[in-house]
Amino acid sequence: MTLRVALIGSGPSGFYATEALFRSGASVAVDMFERLPVPFGLVRFGVAPDHPKLKQVTAIFDRIANTPGFRFVGGVTVGRDVTVDELRNSYDAVVLATGADLSRSLGISGESLRGSYHAGDFVAWYNGHPDFAGLRFVLDHETATIIGHGNVALDVARILAKTADELRATDIASHALEVLAEGRIREINIVGRGTPAQAKFGAKELRDFLEFHECDALIDDDGLTPNDFAPDNPDDPELADKLSLLCAFSHHLPTRPRRCVFRFGLSPLIIKGQGQVETISFSRRSGATEDIACGLLFSSVGRRTAPIQGVPYDQRRGVHANIEGRVSAENSVMDGLYVCGWSKRGSSGTIGTNRSCGIATAEAVLADLRSRPRPRSGDPDALLARLVARVPRIVSYGDWAKLDAAEKRRGALVGKPREKFVSIPAMLAAMDA
Amino acid sequence: MTYVVTDNCRGCRYTECVTVCPVECFHLDDTMTYIDPENCIDCGGCAPACPVGAIAPDYRLPADKKFWIDVNRKRAAETPVVSARLPPLPGADQRRQGLGR
Repeated sequence: MTLRVALIGSGPSGFYATEALFRSGASVAVDMFERLPVPFGLVRFGVAPDHPKLKQVTAIFDRIANTPGFRFVGGVTVGRDVTVDELRNSYDAVVLATGADLSRSLGISGESLRGSYHAGDFVAWYNGHPDFAGLRFVLDHETATIIGHGNVALDVARILAKTADELRATDIASHALEVLAEGRIREINIVGRGTPAQAKFGAKELRDFLEFHECDALIDDDGLTPNDFAPDNPDDPELADKLSLLCAFSHHLPTRPRRCVFRFGLSPLIIKGQGQVETISFSRRSGATEDIACGLLFSSVGRRTAPIQGVPYDQRRGVHANIEGRVSAENSVMDGLYVCGWSKRGSSGTIGTNRSCGIATAEAVLADLRSRPRPRSGDPDALLARLVARVPRIVSYGDWAKLDAAEKRRGALVGKPREKFVSIPAMLAAMDA
Repeated sequence: MTYVVTDNCRGCRYTECVTVCPVECFHLDDTMTYIDPENCIDCGGCAPACPVGAIAPDYRLPADKKFWIDVNRKRAAETPVVSARLPPLPGADQRRQGLGR
């Protein structure tokens, strides 16, 4: 008998878990639920527009989606339109691949001042996520500060550092390109608590900072010694590369109109200003305080999974509570409920990390179903028939293919790989056009 | 750019890289794996996954290892894709120790 699996979320880990289920040799059918009308999660809404090569991975997702037994169920929100228990009753297994939708806060005073933003909201906005496309980012200050030393912080810095001409031929949302083109930012501080060796961003991502047309990459080496640029592990070429790039930044003489300044060893204490961000105070390990004057703040200090009704949550790790991919409540596993990707491990790792993660979860699903098949009271097709009455429209992969083609046609008119539709009504209209 | 498999893989072939490659661009023969530069999307997932540090981005290769860029391109075109992890070659663990890893 064919195993029926509900996969919740259509980002990389969801697609790779699906691929592993299909390749297992078992007879499996997968219904992939997605709350938006469009698939691919962070590949569409996270990967920066100026990193187009990474987005080629969607060709693999298309191949997986074209496997017999796959159905895309777009426009359905699990936890609202359908409960997790309904899904568990109707499917042999339910796999949550819901990512990490919530931005962590700095937890300091002043975060609600005007000009203080979450990096994740900015990323979703410039990538045309329908829940964020209507946000207003006011970039009429000369100085912006990004708090965090991960790859998302570098994405934000890069998008702010590049000129409109450097971004024009990407798939950046047009509303974002217009605002960025009018922006007045000249100085971008990229501030972290740790040392250069502790920074979490990658060397490859740092290398992009050598390529800007109008921006220099610099380091504020206050509090740093040459030792801070010497790798403590000579067998780690990634670390050596990163430190030598940062060391080179420290010797740059600025000649261009904009600058990105990397700053280290600074923990944020308080954001000050009259209704609007004016100064951020930081403490150094020495105990000294240091102020950075700026009108814009982007906090980029990690993400958490959004809790779902009916799924136990691990507050400490910010993920669905799980033991190696099996959702668990107080150390006992919940039958038929699994998790993979960032909603299993937390928000770290590349697209490929989520492939091995999805494979591991798929193996757990199949091992459990072989050793202790669980009876289900409902049927997936009957459930989908009930869902039709609960949501305005269930989006199929064929619908998405039409939208995809329409976005590419729109993009071609303006020299972009695609021009995204950024509202759900516009997406649905394009599917019917 | 692309990522490149180099000499440390020869005789080990752990294939940890294969599991984390999002686009299945690894190929292999009897001695080692190769990356197809036409399909690699530069995600960088494979380099830290390799137990013997055999994989690097092309720009990071020292002059005496640059020839591996051509070897990968050529051999990837001649060999089959490997889509799932395989057991390492016999003697891989010894060789790994010999490499100080």
